[in-house]
Amino acid sequence: MEDLKLELKKNIIEILNLEDLSIEDFDDNDSLFGDGIGLDSIDALELIVMLDKDYGIRLTDPKEGKKIFESIEVMATYITEHRKK
Amino acid sequence: MVKGIAITGMGIISSIGNTVEENYKSLTNITPGISEIENIKTNHKSHIKVGEVKMSNHNLAVCLKLPKNHNYSRTALFGEIAAKQAVKNAKIKDINSCRTGLISATSVGGMDLTEKYFYSQFQETKNRRFITSHSAGDSSTKIANSLGITDFVSTISTACSSAANAIMLGARMIKAGKLDRVIVGGSDCMSKFTINGFKTLMILSETNCRPFDANRTGLNLGEAAAFLVLESDECVKKENKKVLAYVSGYANANDAFHQTASSKNGEGATLAMKKALKVANLSFKEIDYINAHGTATENNDASESAAICSVFGKNIPSISSTKAFTGHTLAAAAAIEAVYSVLALQNNMVFPNLNFETPIAETNIIPETKLVQKELNHVLSNSFGFGGNCSTLIFSKA
Amino acid sequence: MSKYFINGIGCVSAQKTTDTATGFQDFEELTTNLVSVQKPNYREYIQPSMIRRMSIGVKMGAVASSIALKDALLETPEAIITGSGMGCLQDSEKFLRNIIDNDEQFLTPTAFIQSTHNTVGAQIALGLGCKAYNVTYVHDATSFETSMIDAMMMMMDDGEKNVLIGGVDEIGKFTFETQKLIGHVKNEDTLANGILLSESKGAVYGEGAQFFVLENKKTNNSYAKLIDVAIYNELSEGGLTKKIETFLTKNSLSVSEIDLVVLGINGDVEYDEHYKKLQNLIFKNTAQVYYKHFSGEYNTASAFGVWTACKLIKEQTIPQSLKLNTVEVTSIKNVLLYNQYRGKNHSFVLLKSC
Repeated sequence: MEDLKLELKKNIIEILNLEDLSIEDFDDNDSLFGDGIGLDSIDALELIVMLDKDYGIRLTDPKEGKKIFESIEVMATYITEHRKK
Repeated sequence: MVKGIAITGMGIISSIGNTVEENYKSLTNITPGISEIENIKTNHKSHIKVGEVKMSNHNLAVCLKLPKNHNYSRTALFGEIAAKQAVKNAKIKDINSCRTGLISATSVGGMDLTEKYFYSQFQETKNRRFITSHSAGDSSTKIANSLGITDFVSTISTACSSAANAIMLGARMIKAGKLDRVIVGGSDCMSKFTINGFKTLMILSETNCRPFDANRTGLNLGEAAAFLVLESDECVKKENKKVLAYVSGYANANDAFHQTASSKNGEGATLAMKKALKVANLSFKEIDYINAHGTATENNDASESAAICSVFGKNIPSISSTKAFTGHTLAAAAAIEAVYSVLALQNNMVFPNLNFETPIAETNIIPETKLVQKELNHVLSNSFGFGGNCSTLIFSKA
Repeated sequence: MSKYFINGIGCVSAQKTTDTATGFQDFEELTTNLVSVQKPNYREYIQPSMIRRMSIGVKMGAVASSIALKDALLETPEAIITGSGMGCLQDSEKFLRNIIDNDEQFLTPTAFIQSTHNTVGAQIALGLGCKAYNVTYVHDATSFETSMIDAMMMMMDDGEKNVLIGGVDEIGKFTFETQKLIGHVKNEDTLANGILLSESKGAVYGEGAQFFVLENKKTNNSYAKLIDVAIYNELSEGGLTKKIETFLTKNSLSVSEIDLVVLGINGDVEYDEHYKKLQNLIFKNTAQVYYKHFSGEYNTASAFGVWTACKLIKEQTIPQSLKLNTVEVTSIKNVLLYNQYRGKNHSFVLLKSC
């Protein structure tokens, strides 16, 4: 689980081009959208593709993403339970 | 008295017909043009519905009597067909009898060719003739050359509002005395590029689109071209031209909210509608029909509804989106809807908003779902695009 | 009669132009067939939250517009009009390549949404929170000129007091390769003797962003007055001279009253003939300059020409490195710019000192 969280942080920084952030800036329970890390709806779409590509999890409704991407903690739990890769 | 810039000719090719008459027939017979995609090979075939023109590039080229080794993109093929119809409809004998310009709009330009020959043009010399067809300006240049227009030729690309801005610029240039006559409109073909682009945004519906419905599931892409001939009053008088309708109002504003999404309250759209009414010197109460942008995406329809409510309050006139007939034809959308707005004025007819059942709770806008015959004097048409571009046109009865 | 003063200019180019005061003596003539811009420190101009999705074209447009606005001491313009012949090429190429290479799978939206031609104008509006008129012209070599025409109409008819206009085009690697295939870009990598002595076909491929603030009032910072702009899709052999004369007559000027002519020579032996004819005939006795040996050719390179002309008018001297002939000029008052690309999309721009 801790490895997965680290992997997620690394990938999110890379995929979303968050040059100003480092892994240490992410708290596992920080909210990724809005006031926390400050991601937006386009980032959510990018993360949906990441779920599909890296973990074989396919979402059809972008609204589902909102709940799953709440924080690194929530994301890691969801991926662990649903991953096919 | 409200008047504006005279429209003296129209031409169109879309998924519901290859001429103005055919389009009118499909609109009044309620025959939508949404189907499974045939002309483009895509993995998404079974997951999307589109407003596709069923003619192949070969047949379109035959219609235009092009030589076999032509390098027309599908955008240019559509554009030339529609522009020629418009010029013919306006009964123009000598295109250069007065200062005539062309303003076209496109978002993809020749992307259909670039994606087809992306790698092969490096190996095969015969495919290199398509390289110059990629740019947005290429289709306009081809149309201008085929019509013999050597003067002012330009191309606009403001995503899905492009053609509205082309019509607006044309009207302004005539008003400013810079041109006597101008052919304005837009053309966009479908491409893997746009299909996959909209797919990544997760806003393509798997079924027929449902504009303004609470349970809408996204848009259907379409392809089309349409052009209008605009002429100065002097031209109209001199040649005793029949005026089909007038472009009486126009405006462009920016939502400045997000690169792709519209603001919740539709601020840019509100500004555009209000400015257009001011240009036309009309009160919102005088608008008889709104041809909405109504793409059937969650975001657009909510935002546009909010904007309409803030402009029209409780006096919302007849409203419909014709996108369930044609699909969303991107840069051409405002041009084909300009043709539909003129047809509405000429025939006193409001075209239906198909597939609507339940209104959006927040705004409760109920579009016309059946063909409605009623006296129409002023029609307002909205077109919005990525980058916050919001444009509104107003057409008035001749 | 409305007046259009150029009160602010901003330029990102292959030269160190982000400091508008930098002199031409520091410019270096390009020596290859591909020339990229000198990258400014983007973070000085653009909010970090916006920068992460921007391609070079969007970034340089944001920088050039910000420099122009600052130069004119203007916060938010009443209209934003952008010209971009090829639009956001890098993101278009990136998204297209991903579609083809990955067989339409695992595609992400960012490149697509940044690929539309109007991204630069849209991002400038977003950065400024500017809800005003916003249009992007994408007509090959006259994209920037159409922006000027539109801006002048805005100020004349619609009473706008100021308009931000600009031209921007970025290098796309794929496009560079395809343009080489058809000889529109030079095939040789190095240009030993500069573009004037080049004997080969094709241009030198470049990129850049130039923005300008037009206002209806003269200020202490005014560079020049924009008098008139005209574009022509096609001109016949003899038509060019005639159209120039008509254009000047319309503006109550004769050829002899033009103090300086700014030409879009790009080193393509096939099409530079258009300029040569003017150089040797009607403008034989007029001071002549060129500029694409500093900027490279791109659809909106003529905006770099306007930027150059603005500086020359303000400074009232013509550096040797821009000169095409030895005609001396004591006062630069009336300046005519002429540009075309591959014998099409001709444009005239008339500037006056103020």
